[in-house]
Amino acid sequence: MLYSQMSMATPQINGATAKTSANQGFVYLPLIAGWLVPGAGHFLLGKWGRGALLAAAILGMFVAGLVMQGKLYGNFHDILELLGMVGDLGNGLLFLIARAAGLGAADVQVTTQDWGTRFIVVAGLLNVIAAVDAHNLRTGRKAS
Amino acid sequence: MHPSHFTAVALFALFTSTVFGITMRDTPKKMLRYGIYCFVLFVGSAILLSWLMYFIAH
Repeated sequence: MLYSQMSMATPQINGATAKTSANQGFVYLPLIAGWLVPGAGHFLLGKWGRGALLAAAILGMFVAGLVMQGKLYGNFHDILELLGMVGDLGNGLLFLIARAAGLGAADVQVTTQDWGTRFIVVAGLLNVIAAVDAHNLRTGRKAS
Repeated sequence: MHPSHFTAVALFALFTSTVFGITMRDTPKKMLRYGIYCFVLFVGSAILLSWLMYFIAH
């Protein structure tokens, strides 16, 4: 009787312990780190393989966009510029460093530059998805 | 760099599918399968739409 009660209670205790440990510390750290540096959120959680693949994919897309002479948005003159800027900001430090270094084209004149601009924006959006995934792993919303 | 349209599509599909696969599934096997599925859909739909536009134009 006592054993059966204990065996029934054990998963609840383990679940409560896991939930408590999942909520310890600053829960948003992987989210913020993942946004600032692609893959860093997963690295913080010990998911080295996933973090490396995410970093390679996002960095690769961002660099491909720059190599195609894509434009980095930098002003809020109209709604499309603003939306592009929001997408670019998803790249975190990559975007800020590239802006500071003066990378990217000022104007889009050929088709490949337009593709490059889209690559940079989509890299930012993918980085946000990756950072949210790291947050979900941290909070336990995603199993593993 | 001035890649061809198809090279740009393939690069886009590769990077995007990698992130989708990792973030949308739980286990490595499911991640790989979903990543390949997304890649095939991206590239396949681009080829299909290209031919569709070709026949509309001719």
